[in-house]
Amino acid sequence: SEARGAAMATAVESALREALAGPAPGAAALGALRDGLAAAGGPAALGRRQRERFGALLRSLAAAAAEGPEEPAGPWRSCFVEGPPGLALSALLGALGDAGRRLQPIVEVLERFVREGRLAALMWEVCQQQARGGPAELQDALLAGVVALPDRVSNSLRGRNPAVFFPQNYFPLLGAAIVEVLLTLSAIAPVLSILSVYLPLVSSSTSEEILSVLVPRLADLTKSDCIWQRICWRLVECVPERWMEAVVLGFVQRAPGADVLSRLLGNLVVKNKQAQFVVTQKFLLLQYGYTTAVLQNLLGYLSLDSLRRALLIKVLQELLETWSSSSAVKHSPAEQQEYISKAILICLSHLKEPEIESCRQELLTSMMEGVKCHLDSSLPQIRRLGMIVAESISSKINTDGPVLKFQYEEDDEARELKSLLVQAPSICAVPSLPDDNDDDLTPYDMSEDKELKKTKAPVYIRDCIEVLTGSEDTDKWEATVKALESLVRKNPAATREVSVELAKILLHLEEKTCIEGFAELRQRAQVAVLTVDPIPVAQYLTSQFYSLNYSLRQRMDILDVLVLAARELSFPKVHGKIKHVEKPCVQLLPGSDSSNDWRKIVDERIKSKTRRFAKGPSQVQVASGPNEFNSVAGHFFFPLLQNFDRPLSTFDLLGEDHFVLGRLVHTLAVLMYLAVNTVAVTAMGKALMEFVWALRFHTDSYVRQGLLSCISSVLLSVPAEHLLNNMTEELLETQSWLGDVVEKDPDGDCRRLALQNLLLMENLKKKLNKTVPS
Amino acid sequence: MAAPPPDPQFVLRGTSAAVHALHFSCGGQEPDVPILFSGSENGLINVWNLKTRRVDKALDGHGRKSVCWVETMDGKDRLLSQGRDQRICLWDLAEGRTSVMDSVFTESVGFCRCSLLKVAQGRWLMAMAAKALDEVQVLELPSKTSVCTLKPEAGAKLGMPMCLKLWQINCDSQPLLLSGYEDGSVVLWNLSMGKVLSQLFCHQEPVMSLDFDSEKAKGISGSSEKVLSIWSLNEQQNLQVHTTHRLVNAGISDITIRPDKKILATAGWDHRIRVFGWKKLKPLAVLDYHTATVHCVSFSDHKNPSERLLAAGSKDHRISIWSIYTQT
Repeated sequence: SEARGAAMATAVESALREALAGPAPGAAALGALRDGLAAAGGPAALGRRQRERFGALLRSLAAAAAEGPEEPAGPWRSCFVEGPPGLALSALLGALGDAGRRLQPIVEVLERFVREGRLAALMWEVCQQQARGGPAELQDALLAGVVALPDRVSNSLRGRNPAVFFPQNYFPLLGAAIVEVLLTLSAIAPVLSILSVYLPLVSSSTSEEILSVLVPRLADLTKSDCIWQRICWRLVECVPERWMEAVVLGFVQRAPGADVLSRLLGNLVVKNKQAQFVVTQKFLLLQYGYTTAVLQNLLGYLSLDSLRRALLIKVLQELLETWSSSSAVKHSPAEQQEYISKAILICLSHLKEPEIESCRQELLTSMMEGVKCHLDSSLPQIRRLGMIVAESISSKINTDGPVLKFQYEEDDEARELKSLLVQAPSICAVPSLPDDNDDDLTPYDMSEDKELKKTKAPVYIRDCIEVLTGSEDTDKWEATVKALESLVRKNPAATREVSVELAKILLHLEEKTCIEGFAELRQRAQVAVLTVDPIPVAQYLTSQFYSLNYSLRQRMDILDVLVLAARELSFPKVHGKIKHVEKPCVQLLPGSDSSNDWRKIVDERIKSKTRRFAKGPSQVQVASGPNEFNSVAGHFFFPLLQNFDRPLSTFDLLGEDHFVLGRLVHTLAVLMYLAVNTVAVTAMGKALMEFVWALRFHTDSYVRQGLLSCISSVLLSVPAEHLLNNMTEELLETQSWLGDVVEKDPDGDCRRLALQNLLLMENLKKKLNKTVPS
Repeated sequence: MAAPPPDPQFVLRGTSAAVHALHFSCGGQEPDVPILFSGSENGLINVWNLKTRRVDKALDGHGRKSVCWVETMDGKDRLLSQGRDQRICLWDLAEGRTSVMDSVFTESVGFCRCSLLKVAQGRWLMAMAAKALDEVQVLELPSKTSVCTLKPEAGAKLGMPMCLKLWQINCDSQPLLLSGYEDGSVVLWNLSMGKVLSQLFCHQEPVMSLDFDSEKAKGISGSSEKVLSIWSLNEQQNLQVHTTHRLVNAGISDITIRPDKKILATAGWDHRIRVFGWKKLKPLAVLDYHTATVHCVSFSDHKNPSERLLAAGSKDHRISIWSIYTQT
């Protein structure tokens, strides 16, 4: 066979000589060359000299195709597809780069080259050359050419490239080629060392498409074959440092589960520093945009091997450090905090009893610190995150003792977070069998089934005061609390005689017996008193806000009552119509409410009987009436602004009690908004702008949100010309501050509010330009 | 959201006294009109025509003393009524007559309603509280012969009987008596031996009413407390507490299971009628119409299920008639 091989080589040699002899190779010579090549067993059989000659031939063919007077004769295209792939590609790329007259044939040949699987052959060839220690630059240039092929074709054809060179088509083909090469390689284990050459391909800017082919294929191949696992591990280990992040991320995002990821990556994080940094630091602590599934993959991967578990514990410690750092809680975005909380919960779910035992003390310390600074936050979302994480840690470290238990709303988000703490969610939930019960009987609404009141509520306001202050009869007390609001509203004159006293009693009223909705009942009674007699009661409440010996709860109650009453006063005739919507209940006779509905019924009838020829936007009849807030707005507003910077012994708005400050600021914003069209609005706006200016760099994002709402309210409520005439300076200052907030504030809501304010200002400017011609 | 509870189908007014007893007689063929008997505190028994919704007749036979129990014997022509005048009257109402045919003097001063059971054609058993405080007497009707006197053992301290229920598994078997006592216990009596078969303490307060489903061997009782107690009778004829159901307000004056055993209704001291599914005691509806204590509830014996009615009599002098869960 040696002799036969040599004979074949001679045949190729002679065919090459003949082809290169003339100015352009004849069709017959090319045919002979193809036959000789096929007989010799493909391009791999060529010797060094023959390769050089073949290269020269391909170059001259390519040049002739691109530049010559006419296309070369005979099967010249097949020479590129059948010849040595490296030489063919470089010849074609060379011709493409020269930008000759005729590019079409060259591109057609390239398309055939790609379509007929020569990419895999090319890579295989490069592999072998590398194994033999061939020139590295040449190989790199070739591979770069392969990656850049779509771009180069596109550049040469000015965008009119064939579909196969669209990235979304080309790179999956490339991915498939890589898999094919790997398949060939898997049979020959020693060649493993040269695999790294392909990774630049994987980690190119267009890795998306390649990985989407590669990862599922590798996941499939590694399922049962440990040689494939080794190949895969080797593949990722040899990735150059600068591409490691992209490759690992690609694998983590695409792996369908932690076990698959573990198969694909092996102990990469233990062996490779860069990979370790990326996995344990960058993905968890520095970035936060990934989905929960990615987190679960990542941390699950760490938990699946004893070498990696050490890293898992380290990761948990670092996560907890961030979670329990008060500055991180204050300054990092809520989304990141949620991300970190999720990561902590997943870590906890993976920890085993002895591991928890080893770091129980640390967990406890972090939990105590973390829960403190989370509960300190004014954002409810952050507080709840803190509660959930603390509960979870506590349940993990105290398996038998008492565990932490907070009260918060159990919504979907909370449930989702808590579900992370449970490993391996059962996929097939057992459908509960419809058991033999009274299901065919649909119950009626039973919400009205309440306890029967035994005692009658007092009918005079003064009796109420007596009951609320002195009575020991809890039934009577309950009935009074429940009846007070309607009593106050029905008897405004009687209420005015004792309004301040009543407000005082209500402010100090504590829950004597357990009444459902006590806080709301009390609040509604307070609001009723304040709306019936606004000025003295508002004076009393606002003065109490800054006095000694009130709990934070009471101070916040004052703010709530002021806002609710202001809203009621500023809307024409809210009470009596909207508030007391009767729920349906068993009643033989229609309730007395029907008299209120007659107008609606009449209107409907008129509407149904009237034919309209033009249907404009339906006119909503707004009930009109005097704005009762007009005369009292100042009494609600100004006293609240007075003393915020004077700390009392138990109450320091600018210090610890920033949550109340946040509520105060929000209250002021609402009052300002409700004061639209009142006389005092300009003065209020000016005072509020000063107040905002003094607090604008407050560290608490809830306070800052309130301040930004204040600005919005001022912009919306104060008439435009007053704003411009009386507050020009303040507006300009505010505008620059808002610009800063939009760019720099860590809180997303603050940025959004600031942007809104800037837009409002823009609108204001436009409006003024329209109305006042310059 | 669940639908709001229905309103009464109609309301019968005009008893001019609190209503303590109700009994339907609607099983007759046309041209018989459906009838409701009501017994009120003023001693009158009103016969309501449910077509016209008017009183057809008012029977006065208890000397203006409260009527606490009415029951028919074979159709609407024979009526038994129990009054607080310590008499049980048998009325002949056939062909427009309104005369007392016979009466029994009970000698009992309690509030315990009697219980009637038809054991054979023309033969009934009636259980009633007897002269001695803790005794129950069972008579055979219409002969008025005493079948047995059920006396608790000495020292049992059950107190007075409060409610009675005579029943038998099928028409051949031994009739049995369930009685609720003042001390909160329910006792199962064997009539032939006059002995206690089983005793169950299911309430802290006197048992005000009970009803029993002989098919499921399961019963329910209510007292002046906030709980309904559901108990069952096992193979060894032992009573066991099955479950309890907590009510919003205390006090149950009457409990009735609908004859088809699908639902049951309770009459509450809180003015409300409650309807439950009988299988699992699933709360179905709270009917809030009356303005005073509801004393009694009764289901009609219509042949056609869709016509079935529920009646409730109350201290507020009214009888409310409801059509509820008639499709099941």
